[in-house]
Amino acid sequence: MARVRQLGNPRNIEFALLLLVAGLYAFELAQIQLATVLVLRNELILYWAPPVVLAFVMHLILRLRASEADWLILPIGLFLNTLGISMIYRLDIIKPAITASGNAPDLFAQKQVIYTAIAMAIAAAVILLVRSHLSLRKYIYVSMAAGVLLLLLPLLPVIGKTVSGARLWVGIGGFSFQPGELAKIALTIFFAGYLVSRRESLAVVGRKFVGVRIPQARELGPIVTIWLASLAVLVLQRDLGTSLLYFAIFLVLIYVATARPFYVVVGALMFVTGALIASRLMSYVGGRVDSWLDPLNEATYNAVGGSYQLVQGLFGLAHGGLFGTGLGGGLPQLVPLAESDFIISSLGEELGLVGLFAIFALYLLLIARAVRISVQHNDDFSKLLAIGFGFVIALQFFIVVGGVLRVLPLTGLTTPLLAAGGSSLIANWIIIALLLRISDSVPRLGVVAE
Amino acid sequence: MNREIKRVTILITLMFVSLFVAASTIQVISADSLTNDRRNFRPVYDSYKVLRGSILVDNQPIASSVSSNDEFRYTRVYASPMYSALTGFYSYFQGRAGLEGTLDSYLRGSNSSQFFEQLNAIFSGNPVTGASAELTINPKVQQAAWDALGDMKGAVVAIEPRTGRILALVSKPGFDANLMAVHSGSQSQANYSTLLTDRNRPLINRAIAGDLYAPGSVFKLVVASAALESGKYSPTTLIDNPATYTLPGTKTVIHNSGEGKCGGAKKVTLQQALKLSCNIPFAQVGIALGQDVIRAQAEKFGFGDTVKIPMTVTPSVYPTNMDASQTGLSAFGQFDVRVSPLQIAMISATIANGGLAMQPTLIDSITTANLQVLSAPTPTQYGRAISATTAERVKSMMVDAVASGVSSNGAIKGISVAGKTGTAQNGPKQPYTLWFTGFAPADDPKVAVAVVIEDGGGMGQKGFGNLLAAPVARKVMQAVLNQ
Repeated sequence: MARVRQLGNPRNIEFALLLLVAGLYAFELAQIQLATVLVLRNELILYWAPPVVLAFVMHLILRLRASEADWLILPIGLFLNTLGISMIYRLDIIKPAITASGNAPDLFAQKQVIYTAIAMAIAAAVILLVRSHLSLRKYIYVSMAAGVLLLLLPLLPVIGKTVSGARLWVGIGGFSFQPGELAKIALTIFFAGYLVSRRESLAVVGRKFVGVRIPQARELGPIVTIWLASLAVLVLQRDLGTSLLYFAIFLVLIYVATARPFYVVVGALMFVTGALIASRLMSYVGGRVDSWLDPLNEATYNAVGGSYQLVQGLFGLAHGGLFGTGLGGGLPQLVPLAESDFIISSLGEELGLVGLFAIFALYLLLIARAVRISVQHNDDFSKLLAIGFGFVIALQFFIVVGGVLRVLPLTGLTTPLLAAGGSSLIANWIIIALLLRISDSVPRLGVVAE
Repeated sequence: MNREIKRVTILITLMFVSLFVAASTIQVISADSLTNDRRNFRPVYDSYKVLRGSILVDNQPIASSVSSNDEFRYTRVYASPMYSALTGFYSYFQGRAGLEGTLDSYLRGSNSSQFFEQLNAIFSGNPVTGASAELTINPKVQQAAWDALGDMKGAVVAIEPRTGRILALVSKPGFDANLMAVHSGSQSQANYSTLLTDRNRPLINRAIAGDLYAPGSVFKLVVASAALESGKYSPTTLIDNPATYTLPGTKTVIHNSGEGKCGGAKKVTLQQALKLSCNIPFAQVGIALGQDVIRAQAEKFGFGDTVKIPMTVTPSVYPTNMDASQTGLSAFGQFDVRVSPLQIAMISATIANGGLAMQPTLIDSITTANLQVLSAPTPTQYGRAISATTAERVKSMMVDAVASGVSSNGAIKGISVAGKTGTAQNGPKQPYTLWFTGFAPADDPKVAVAVVIEDGGGMGQKGFGNLLAAPVARKVMQAVLNQ
């Protein structure tokens, strides 16, 4: 058993960390006001209070209903979420009352605070309602259906919306919503449950060939199905990142469940082949790849849908350098979508490389907690669920941030917890709630499991 | 299963390592090249945060920053289009040009000589205040040059021969640099496009960095200098003076200006040839000297060199690999000889200064906001172009040219003026390029000047250097002498 050190009551440590994060958040908002409008405005409290109050509400619920839950996850979630709000607020505050075109500017910070409150309330409800994550196993096929339905929603006429080339959105009335974000939770639950029940046959059956066990054809069924579904997402919704995300979650979970690298190798080859063909056939993917490979090229830079945004993001990051310009001191507003897709370049500009390293490290820490929960659990479903959620956060962060930092071609996913957008916040806070719930039932030292 | 989880963790770690590496590469390793990218406006925005220093003429700002009540904090204000060839412009959106570009690091306080101010700014939290540059320009001379050119396209450069200080530098038409300093990107872009597509090309600095011009007869000063320096010629050396001359190896026949024999005699002295600006004798002298001798002399005057005043002056060109006929044409400033007005002013200034060329400069001093002098260039020798004797002899020819020769309109009553006109051909039916260069007073030179007028001053092939360029030069010299 890994838990050798006992740090005292985990909830007390959590409480102290939440206080620290709340203080940092107040400092961020104050710093932004002083750096941009030069005075402290009391609207600060309206941005500060809701996330902080709800975090303490969640803390209280954890004390009552999940007192052994991990103590780092909630403070990290709150910190990343509020840092995102700070940056979004910072971008809002410098906008003129009326834009050059005579309209009111698009403001995001207030909405983000409201979404955060809703997302944290839902997370609190999840902790209250899901008494044990093991009960989720009963709903794996419901999860599958829900996941598929959510994925398909944006393709429906009327309500489906295309935003910057990708069809990932649903709009009803004034509300828009990215159902794919919730689909990733449903699909993770489904993959975990499905693989637990099928792992024996997937792992063992098959003939050996040159030392590699080749599964029987029918055992390849699921991987082919998921592969086709991912390609469908790529072709129909026109987004490489989303497609990669779902397929990679499945590959990772099937690997963890069966311990057979065969699936990963075959799956990766299938995906790369599919993506390559798609990039040849569909100009938008090809354009993204061109921008990725040579963004500073004059023609690529000037092309419609070219590398302008990516390059402006790079300029912003370079402007920040090692230590950044300080919150409110940079020019992140020069980058299109600075509050959502490119929030990492906004943060990199104002907090510098040092700040980005800290943010990366906090994500790694959050993911490490998920891994730890996964390792500590003894039952396969809990293990798969925890590593699945951890990997979802890791991969999504990697795909988005990698896109901005030119590790990968740019895609239309949102930066978990940081970026403006309600759907993503709700989905990620549900993941946090579920991770907290799973961590509460980790077998304790001295408690004999199985 | 834990072994597999461990491997997934390694994969996640690798993903994050790639992000760490990518962020470090962008923010540290390639940060400088990204910052210097032409498409990156952040440095311009940043520099708007500092109170940019002024560009001053006689302690009056010709470019200065005043507070504005918007996010840009300051607006750049320019006093007059008369100074546009000096200041250039400083724009949020279109970059920088002219001294605003050349002196940028001083004006925005980021020059390495302002290190302690920068350090102070870091600790005090106050932004750096940029240094101001006082120019050598004399506002009265600048005004006289601007007015004298009137509506003609062209340029004037006036230099103090002993020091190389530039007293006037005008390019016409000028432009209103305020148009680019506006705080609306679309407006600034529109204004810039209008100027850029204006057929009179006001954004071109004709004095130093426009298209170079054919010098015509003012180049005879270089050939006369080369001839005297060679020792093979003296002012009284007689040269054949036919009415027409067929260039060796060709059927091209050249004429003197005004056709016929230059001065009427069968032979003419070098002194007279320059005074009357005879093409045929000079072609023969040029061919006899050879292109290498002429080129060596031209380079001593500054040809082929990138002179910085501190703006970069486009180097003037004396062609290479010419045959004898081309050398003949080059000797009276035709064929592919191309010069900047500043180069021509430098030649006159050098002759005026006894053959010693001085480094031309616009900078009197650069001073920080707390009056620390960062730079105050002392007169610097550019190099000896010709001997004092040769200088004296060429000067005497130029004095004759104004007093009783073809450059008569440069004359100022009661003062001995040295001068040389030029009327360069630019091809059949093309209007001439008109020149005057000279200095005054001849015995104690206070000012050397070069005037160029494009497009025949609007008179096509009827405009001559002596008719249009010489009076401009006279007014500029008078403005100096009347101080």
